Amino acid sequence: MTGIYLAGAFAISGLLFFNRKKMLNDLLVCLFLLLQISFTVYEYLHLNRTELNYFTADSLAVLLLITLTIISIPAMYHSNIFLSKNKDNPRHRAIYFAATVALLTAISAAYLSNHIAVTWIFVELTTLSASALIYHRRNNRSLEGTWKYVFVCAISITLVFIGILFLSFTLQKAGADDLSFAVLLKKAPELNLFWLRLAFIFIFTGFTAKLGLVPMYTAGIDAKDKAPSPAGALLSSVLMNVGFVAIFRFYAVIANSPVHSWASHVILVAAILSIFVATVYMTKVKNIKRMFAYSSIEHMGIVMLGIVAGGIGYYAAILHVVFHAFVKSSLFFQMGQVYRIYKSKSIYDVGNYFKYNLTGSIVILLAFFSATAMPPSGLFISEFMIFRSLFESNYLAVLVIVMLLLTVIIWAFGKNVFKLLFSPAIDFKEDGIEKINPAESMSQFILLGLVVYLGLNPPQEFVNLIQGAIKNLPH
Amino acid sequence: MTNVLLITFTITLLYLGIAHRLLTYIKILAFQGILLFGIAFIELIQINAVNLAFVLLETVVFKTLAIPLFLNYVMKRNRITRDAEPFLPNFISLIIITVIIITTFILSNAIADSRISKIYFVVALSTLFTGLYIIVTRNKIITHVMGYLVIENGVFILSLAVGNEMPMLVNLGILLDIFASVFLLGIFVNRIGDVLKDVDVDQLRNLKD
Repeated sequence: MTGIYLAGAFAISGLLFFNRKKMLNDLLVCLFLLLQISFTVYEYLHLNRTELNYFTADSLAVLLLITLTIISIPAMYHSNIFLSKNKDNPRHRAIYFAATVALLTAISAAYLSNHIAVTWIFVELTTLSASALIYHRRNNRSLEGTWKYVFVCAISITLVFIGILFLSFTLQKAGADDLSFAVLLKKAPELNLFWLRLAFIFIFTGFTAKLGLVPMYTAGIDAKDKAPSPAGALLSSVLMNVGFVAIFRFYAVIANSPVHSWASHVILVAAILSIFVATVYMTKVKNIKRMFAYSSIEHMGIVMLGIVAGGIGYYAAILHVVFHAFVKSSLFFQMGQVYRIYKSKSIYDVGNYFKYNLTGSIVILLAFFSATAMPPSGLFISEFMIFRSLFESNYLAVLVIVMLLLTVIIWAFGKNVFKLLFSPAIDFKEDGIEKINPAESMSQFILLGLVVYLGLNPPQEFVNLIQGAIKNLPH
Repeated sequence: MTNVLLITFTITLLYLGIAHRLLTYIKILAFQGILLFGIAFIELIQINAVNLAFVLLETVVFKTLAIPLFLNYVMKRNRITRDAEPFLPNFISLIIITVIIITTFILSNAIADSRISKIYFVVALSTLFTGLYIIVTRNKIITHVMGYLVIENGVFILSLAVGNEMPMLVNLGILLDIFASVFLLGIFVNRIGDVLKDVDVDQLRNLKD
């Protein structure tokens, strides 16, 4: 099935690229979504089966694959609205959809891969397809965003490759020549510590470009700002999860080796710095989309704190990743409508959103409560568990600092969101603004509702998948 | 023989630090391609013939001919001035690159691993950091690309160190090479040159907070 999926999806992407008719375009996109859904169902039913040697549907992969499929449906729907409102020429539309399909396929394959080199290849492919999405508007600034994204990702992918080379040095000494995660897990206790440390530093730094942690987070911010809102939703949810999967799988290897506590400290430093950077920029930033992007940085920092703390933290980290993907993508989907009304992303040009789009403002308000982890949002539960695990593993100082920073973030986030919702905009011409159909906000309500439901009353299957994902980590 | 080639490679890094003109940079990159061809040929002679031919073809055709010619074309097309415009004087660059080489040399003594020859490690790491140094201290976008190509060469040397046991990794390195160079240069040629009049990193400072 993996073979069929990859071949089919890349074929659809190719056809989309060459096709210029709108009808056929929609048909192909629907076909892709069907393929994606059936593939996800198949993988869920065949848990832990390996296909084509390099793709294993383990619990983590299946969980994130389901997340991706759920988000991809509204993403395609909103992309369609976005493109028909802007009356783009057929060529740009073709490139946009071809790139989206290629991106989703590459991300799915990266989730499933059980071999570090294969993950690396598909992460490279995500850079390629994402850059086509970022460049969609074809102006100076989107060019700048694309260039920065491509350049930083190229350097970080090189760093990951160097890390893999170091890993292979030590693996040879341990008498194996296969870089799959299963072999790495088995050989982890015997690996040479010097090379393993070097490998971890390089691989971790490289993948932070996708995950959005401190050393390499910058490119992602520009990318999410410049990409169209539906594409930004994909970049800030499922694409960040690729970075998480890559780091998490390698961390599971490290956790079974003697350098575990050292690696945890490296991650701890990166996580706290990320939350700090996010706090600083959130208070300062005037562009709403960039503010959402910085909020993602903060959430990924919290996820990594959960990984560091261990215990219940592992469980909470995976939970947080899934919930964050739902919440952040619905915020970005909603941002598309905001932009259509105000024709601006700057906080100075927007305001009184309740008056112009009632349904949309309710979504923004709910998504704000979810994103800042207030109950009944599922993020509250996962964040609470992460804090509990930090407390239990004696990271009290860290906990205090993070809580203070989070308070500032909630204040900054709230200040901007309430400005958007309630204060009247200065010099805003009300005549001729677009009437937004309330049905367009449907998908956001579903995503946000899902976060509440899965947080308060997680089904047993969901819990089992998360438990399966963390079974390789020491308890 | 490999050692001679690797040492020559390190000397090209020093030359890169004091080069003034972009044309010199391009020539150095081409020369590094030839050196890599020699090293790959000697090192990988035992792996199977098809794979070896692929690696050698990549070093000769891609690194030595295609990329330098392409860079030359980009420069002509976008009318990029010939000066490299470093922030720091060349003399200081020379000192810093020397310090990089000496530091990696000392660092390599920390490795207690007999299976990896240290010279590869030293040359690869110093190439890597020299590339990063060039990216940081040069002003033009095209010199950033050149710095990235230098990093790529360093990574290639590192992958040769395990090339005999894991030829797959060498191929992956080549994949990265082709992907990144074609991609970076592709954007450069097609877009940046058309949109921006003066191809300077100062043009790319609009996106910030």
